[in-house]
Amino acid sequence: MEKNYLKDIMTSAFGPEAKQDNSQYPNSPAPPNGGVTACQIPRERFAEAAKAMKTAGARLVAEWAADETLLGRGFGIYACYEKRGEYLIVKVYAPPEDPSFPSITKKFAPAHRFERQMNSLMGVIPTGHPDLRPWIKHEGWPKDAYPLRKSFDASKPMQRIKGEYNFIRAEGEGVYEIPVGPVHAGIIEPGHFHFQAVGEDILNLEERLGYVHKGIEKRFESLSWIDGVKLARRVSGDSTVAHSLCYCRALEAMTGCSPPERALWLRALMLERERIANHLGDIGAIANDAAFAFLLYQFSRLREMPLRTNLKLFGHRFMMDKILPGGVAVDINSNSKKEILSEMDWLSKESERLVVIYDENPSLEDRVRDTGVLTPDKARELCVVGFTARASGQNLDCRIQSPFPPYDIIIPKAPVLNSGDVHARAWVRIEEIRESIRIIREILNNLPDGQSLQSQVPSPQPHKAGFAVVEGWRGEIVYWIQSGAKGEINRCMVRDPSSVNWIALEEAIHGNIVPDFPLCNKSFNQSYSGNDL
Amino acid sequence: MIRILHQIFRTGIVTEPLPAETEAEVQEIGAKLEDAISRRFRRSLTIRMVDAGSCNGCELEIHAINNSIYNCERFGIHFAASPRFADMLLVTGPVSVNMETALKRTYNAAPPPKLVVALGDCGYNGGIFGESYASLGGINKVIPVDAYIHGCPPTPAAILNGILKAVSGGPYAK
Repeated sequence: MEKNYLKDIMTSAFGPEAKQDNSQYPNSPAPPNGGVTACQIPRERFAEAAKAMKTAGARLVAEWAADETLLGRGFGIYACYEKRGEYLIVKVYAPPEDPSFPSITKKFAPAHRFERQMNSLMGVIPTGHPDLRPWIKHEGWPKDAYPLRKSFDASKPMQRIKGEYNFIRAEGEGVYEIPVGPVHAGIIEPGHFHFQAVGEDILNLEERLGYVHKGIEKRFESLSWIDGVKLARRVSGDSTVAHSLCYCRALEAMTGCSPPERALWLRALMLERERIANHLGDIGAIANDAAFAFLLYQFSRLREMPLRTNLKLFGHRFMMDKILPGGVAVDINSNSKKEILSEMDWLSKESERLVVIYDENPSLEDRVRDTGVLTPDKARELCVVGFTARASGQNLDCRIQSPFPPYDIIIPKAPVLNSGDVHARAWVRIEEIRESIRIIREILNNLPDGQSLQSQVPSPQPHKAGFAVVEGWRGEIVYWIQSGAKGEINRCMVRDPSSVNWIALEEAIHGNIVPDFPLCNKSFNQSYSGNDL
Repeated sequence: MIRILHQIFRTGIVTEPLPAETEAEVQEIGAKLEDAISRRFRRSLTIRMVDAGSCNGCELEIHAINNSIYNCERFGIHFAASPRFADMLLVTGPVSVNMETALKRTYNAAPPPKLVVALGDCGYNGGIFGESYASLGGINKVIPVDAYIHGCPPTPAAILNGILKAVSGGPYAK
């Protein structure tokens, strides 16, 4: 594997105009071990870099803006690309008096929403973007409210105006619309789905999210680095371990802190336990949306057991607040180890029984096969991540492509299926439960000894940046943090897997019938909170 | 089919009594509660759950009270798809600015007596999200709240207990 493939492409395409910007990432490990390279180019060549990356077969990971006026630089516009575990950040500057930059939406589809969001919340203008309707920012917000700008006072309540959102329209004989949400029928987060349908067939689905926007990214800027992790734990409650781990790893990369080895292994233990619990819940819920309630009740019974063990051994059912910057808050003893190992034996036996029932039920199969298909080509084009990607032929798992300990020793096997339907997304989860059980056994059997659970995190230096990726149960989570002139949080960019995967649902639903929407939606099970921030 | 039946008989009934301390409280309020639910709510309590901006942690635990172990249906509690049938609104999250209108509309759509229970630390005072341009803080900033269930998130047993207490307390106990 070439370690600097993308970097070399930038150097050959841009020559001396691509300035390496590694002073900001002083302790970044070398790719592909979760490290990142950064280069700065002239603003007008931003789209050209995207084209070079597209040609190289890279994936757009995230695109974001940072208000760097307090650092004396105007707006920083960033795009992060990845190929085979090599992460590359391309950066341009836009002066405050002309905060525009060339849009990369025509090269990378996911940039469509990233740029709408940057435009809505930061007020930077992606020139050439085909659809700049506000995103996350709802119609009631004043037009000039750009909360991520430093000049915006986030502590005051915001004035409200009257306005309307322009949904995409479809016209024609027999075409009708179904607006759904934001308050949905079940126990679920709020979001709005706008369907156009003819009879039962869905012509188009337009998502409208942002209902649970709580100003998380702005909130980070008012917190200390140590308090920031409390917020990261509550970006998406179901991924509390993965999000807090990613925040901590970004902070540790920025400050050069190395947590004790035992703490790293305990973090992985918690990450895999979170994956198992969520996958168990999801498989049952998918079956339930195909009217097979039996499996919902059986799988939720299984899901409950690891949560109880978590409470007993880690002090919280979701292990919230157990990952700390520089380490972990809890240790396990030899009795706990035995308890988890026997729990894994029980879980493995019980879940395999249910998998046979899932697999042998023709009426369930009829619903989940060939439903909500996301083809491998579409998945690649939309740069999706996580189990959604792996169910659509994409071999993406940052535990494998950019491993951190102990994943460099205990190497996960990623199941990859090609059918991209509801069944594939369910089956990838089944395979991942099996694999996580194996990883947990290996972690416990080889857990390094050590008294220390936490290393001191040095105070961040001014003008630095940190970057980290973690494979949560939903997929790759990305944090990019930047320190200000006094070493405080200047910007904390959060990219939940849902930020890219939500568009995939719009694509996968084409040609399906309205009654299958809940089933398709559940098979993706994306976070609203992680997307809306 | 035989496998399904076999699994059902193997599993048996897994519903548990509530934990001792909770169980004792439930016993204590039991008589009042039965009277309250049967008189006020015709033997069953229908809940409409509204996420007004939560991180989804609370939703996971509300799901859990529906599983066969906590089995909220044994107390006559069930969840409805529409606020029109709801006796109680169970609301989570700090109220986000973008959910304010939807929450008010849901509240207005529910028939009286609409009991409002705010669930989780964020529902009490906005939690870590506080009050800002995007978050209005606790649920009572937008609609009147009858009872709170604390925790981040509260455990399923605490949620059940909180709901039972909310029904048996206040004006509904009469």
